[in-house]
Amino acid sequence: MSTRLYEKEVAITGIGQSEVGRPSQLSGMRLTVDACLQAIADAGLERSDIDGIACWPGDNNNGDSFSPVGPNALKNALGLEVNWFGGGYEGPGPLAGVINGAMAIASGLCKHVLVFRTITESSSRLINKQASALTNKTAGRDSSFAWQWYTPFNVLSAVNLMAIYAQRHFHEYGTKPEQLAQIALTCRKHAQLNPKAVYRSPMSMDDYMQSRMISSPLRMFDCDVHCDASTAIILSHKDAARDTKNPPIRIEAIGAALNQPWSWDQISLTEGAAFDVSKMMWSRTDLKPKDVKSAQLYDGFSILTMIWLEALGLCPRGESGNFIEGGQRISLTGQLPLNTNGGQLSGGRTHGLGYLHEACLQLWGKAGERQIADHQVAVTAAGGGPLGGSLLLVKE
Amino acid sequence: MHRKLPALTADNRAFWQGGEQGRLFMHWCEDCTRYFHPPGPVCPKCASLSVRPKEVSGKATVVSFTINYQPWTPNLAAPFAIAIVELPEQTGLRFLSNVEEPVEQVYIGMPLRVVFEQQEDVWIPLFIKD
Repeated sequence: MSTRLYEKEVAITGIGQSEVGRPSQLSGMRLTVDACLQAIADAGLERSDIDGIACWPGDNNNGDSFSPVGPNALKNALGLEVNWFGGGYEGPGPLAGVINGAMAIASGLCKHVLVFRTITESSSRLINKQASALTNKTAGRDSSFAWQWYTPFNVLSAVNLMAIYAQRHFHEYGTKPEQLAQIALTCRKHAQLNPKAVYRSPMSMDDYMQSRMISSPLRMFDCDVHCDASTAIILSHKDAARDTKNPPIRIEAIGAALNQPWSWDQISLTEGAAFDVSKMMWSRTDLKPKDVKSAQLYDGFSILTMIWLEALGLCPRGESGNFIEGGQRISLTGQLPLNTNGGQLSGGRTHGLGYLHEACLQLWGKAGERQIADHQVAVTAAGGGPLGGSLLLVKE
Repeated sequence: MHRKLPALTADNRAFWQGGEQGRLFMHWCEDCTRYFHPPGPVCPKCASLSVRPKEVSGKATVVSFTINYQPWTPNLAAPFAIAIVELPEQTGLRFLSNVEEPVEQVYIGMPLRVVFEQQEDVWIPLFIKD
């Protein structure tokens, strides 16, 4: 196998994000267009410079609120002429668009790839409260190769599977609810400094402990909050990145391991795909976990953030509970500021690209009131269970 | 309780219909002499096509679990217990199911035995404390 590390040829040059509505009055396409035009302008590019489009998961559910806009529709809406575009669910999770876009650039197909992710789960719930329940995803009998093994047992939300992981984490490592709570509390604290965040009112440990149990041990505040939003990222070939407006943020290493069973119940319950993802990422760089100065880690459910902290080597395995206890280490002034925009738990479930957007804002010093100390190295990771991808980012 | 039923195929039929005779089947590779799950036409370890459903004891233990309190749909009787159970026949041989009783006293390591709930032409393997 070649030792060429394709991501070293790629940099992030621009970012954009629509309003984060709960709900938004704008269409999914309008949110997408807002994010994409903003990202193109942020990079100092023109529409005509974009020669590739990437998206995860794409419009695979025919307009479903989980991903109402795919690359085809966006290409039409913005009149883009490209050399390559791609979407689709199969891949290493919410960062798959970035990973695929980087491959398109490194292969020589594209110079500037527009990556986006749109979600309208908030407005869809006004019409149908069960819109995102798994039972509604397939009509009639379940023939999904994975979900048919869960839906007959009334696993109708991913939270049930995450709760099973959390219970095992509690059992093996002695993790306590008060420790898990720190993910939600930290996100809420950070969200108070983010004008776009969905939940901005203060939250205490008591508020957390009194919140409704959804699927033990996970409570309502351990589950992210639906929103309507779109996020866009411009990836550029490193040579083309020199001509853009922002100091390029290099993709130092990608983690996208796919060798675990693609199954939510057959993988290691305390590792998921995350440990393999991390192993791949760290094998592609000379940097070490201690070099990372900020982390934007998937918090679709709080337990996943703890698993990512351990998997990425940001704390020892099994010790994420102690690491986050009290919240100081992961605060804006701590040793590892975490989910500095409020994550998905309080910021809104922008689903994946929101973390990368925030990582770039922080690296570029554009995070406003929640800006953390100047730094060069950040990590972002997204996914849970068998899905997972990570990016190690270095500001030039 | 209402359940969404799986679409039956030649590969998964034994698992979902074994309960008609009160029997639990897991897929078995004749070449590896190992079980694997979910069932399929080929062994994921050695790619052998010599695979077949083989009866197991119906005993299991809880690897991890959750009690679901959220009524996701109107015809769901919450709370109910969801567990990943491991079978004594082979380390790591496990699947997801419900622990029917006692719902709120489930614990990791709890010994279980299978029971079946028939809906249409599917016999869903569920578990109770053994």
